[in-house]
Amino acid sequence: MARVMIVDDAVTVRMYHRELVEALGHQVVEAENGIEALEKALGADWGLFLVDVNMPKMDGYRLVREMRAGEELRAVPVVMVSTEAGPGDREQAWAAGANFYLVKPVRPETLQAVVRALAGEVAS
Amino acid sequence: MTEAQTEAERGACTEPVITDADFERFRDFFYRKTGIYFEDGKRYFVDKRLLERMRATGHTSFRSYFTFMRFQASGEELQRLIDLMTVNETYFFREEYQFRCLAGPVLDELLERKAPGESVRIWSIPCSTGEEPYSIAIWLLEHWPPIERVDVEILASDIDTQALEKARAGVYGRRSVQRLPQALLRKYFEPLPDGRWRIARELREAVDFRRVNLANPGETRPYRRIDVIFCRNLLIYFDDASRRQAAEVFYDALNPGGFVFLGHSESMSRISSLFRVRRFADAVAYQKPV
Amino acid sequence: MGLVRRQDGRQETGAPAGTVERRRRGRGLEDLVEQLRDPDPQARRWAARDLAAHPEAVDALADALEAERDPAVRAALLDALAAIGGERVAERLVPLLRSEDAALRNGAIEVLQGLPEAVAPHMARLLADADPDVRIFAADICRALPHPETPSWLAALLARETHPNVVGTAIDVLAEIGGPAELPALRAAAERFAAEPFLAFSARVAIRRIEESAR
Repeated sequence: MARVMIVDDAVTVRMYHRELVEALGHQVVEAENGIEALEKALGADWGLFLVDVNMPKMDGYRLVREMRAGEELRAVPVVMVSTEAGPGDREQAWAAGANFYLVKPVRPETLQAVVRALAGEVAS
Repeated sequence: MTEAQTEAERGACTEPVITDADFERFRDFFYRKTGIYFEDGKRYFVDKRLLERMRATGHTSFRSYFTFMRFQASGEELQRLIDLMTVNETYFFREEYQFRCLAGPVLDELLERKAPGESVRIWSIPCSTGEEPYSIAIWLLEHWPPIERVDVEILASDIDTQALEKARAGVYGRRSVQRLPQALLRKYFEPLPDGRWRIARELREAVDFRRVNLANPGETRPYRRIDVIFCRNLLIYFDDASRRQAAEVFYDALNPGGFVFLGHSESMSRISSLFRVRRFADAVAYQKPV
Repeated sequence: MGLVRRQDGRQETGAPAGTVERRRRGRGLEDLVEQLRDPDPQARRWAARDLAAHPEAVDALADALEAERDPAVRAALLDALAAIGGERVAERLVPLLRSEDAALRNGAIEVLQGLPEAVAPHMARLLADADPDVRIFAADICRALPHPETPSWLAALLARETHPNVVGTAIDVLAEIGGPAELPALRAAAERFAAEPFLAFSARVAIRRIEESAR
């Protein structure tokens, strides 16, 4: 089992992603923006971060940059999940240090396939 | 039948109820506004206070009260709720894990950047009746050996002049000192005939108490070159804009690399992105970038 | 060594000793506007903070905001604009919803959320913008805009919207702030987007919350 952080300011998105990730046997922690994600993340081990781009106070790009600049969360895989589908958006995500980029709305099987690939699955 | 009529009738015959869905929506809203999250176990506590405010404002259904509170431009009702939902009492060694964090990794890190002979400056705001700045002083004298060779200045501010008078007088009842180990109570306080305790003169003289209104730039501007700010359980009472401004005041007051401690239920994630989140073994602190 | 107090008299307020800051430079409106272009970020920050007291500086502050890269100076510029408020501030911040810079955009959204009176006249146009991203950000403004019309604006948006991500944002915001009046729009959206798993899910959540809350 891995611990997965879901960072999104939309409550229904967090609930949806939580159901899909928990169905794979992982444990989920939610955060509303980048700062809250860091407050909750530091000091624990993480299998994966699912990160929205547009959030108040600290957006997804900055969160990933801060994760990559620090010691503790440097190697945690990050999937950015964004409403924006332009080539510039993907480039920003790669530049920040994301490992994967998904465009919303995400098909359940797509999200689960990516989570499985990056964080595995717990046999039930 | 209009909605208003339905509500009026329902209100007339039964006590208003708060459903699970009401609780969830209120919890999400309150969390977004304050960063305070109520676990399911807090349900009774929350319901009781919501019903109290519904009665006081003449709302007979949760929905009409919730709409009123959320769309009120002044935000006054939300402030009343925050007052009710947060218990704010001050006593010695309150949230002492933060002092442990201060006297450990935080001051160690700050000292590395200090030139020999440079002092460490700590600002307690709001200091209320003085328990917090005096607690910091006692904690450092007891648990931070470098205080033998490093000067520490403790600045303490509050908007309330009466609280400051009490802080300067340094006389406390039993409730305030009950968390203090007996040995420290005897070491730093003298018992008074009426059962209260007065803090030692050296400590009273060591803390610089001044009236400061955090919202007045003229009053906060003199606070510069600070290393650590304790601002606990104040910003949750501010609206979004005032909170951001307070964070800016702290940013300007701090030395690069300086730290802010907030109250245990507060989170910088609702306030400002100017600071780096630092998680130490005992506490989370927010650091001005070096 | 130990606890020290660098202290002179016993005055009630004012500077603790050793903290007085020397400000050599002019603090009039023109000086401050000039200092918004100072090479030193600290000087720009202080200029922005002092300009919060000058409502006539809105355009200078907004111009500086568009050019500013330092996050701390940006925060001070946004705060000054929030403190001044009013129609001109809304007019200058609304176009930033089109910025490619997520931090700048989100900063503008936060300030706009604090100016319900000044923002309301822009909302109909923003929620009908040709760019779906702008419609999403406009719906995001509604999330925390203390204005009684926001649920009905979102319901109207939902009734005509075709872009799934705009629909998703509108539903999510209504899950937080919607009431029974918005149920028909949510039910219609749930039906129209039944084939889209996320939208079907979020519409169910929003409808359940509002129904249980209205019971």
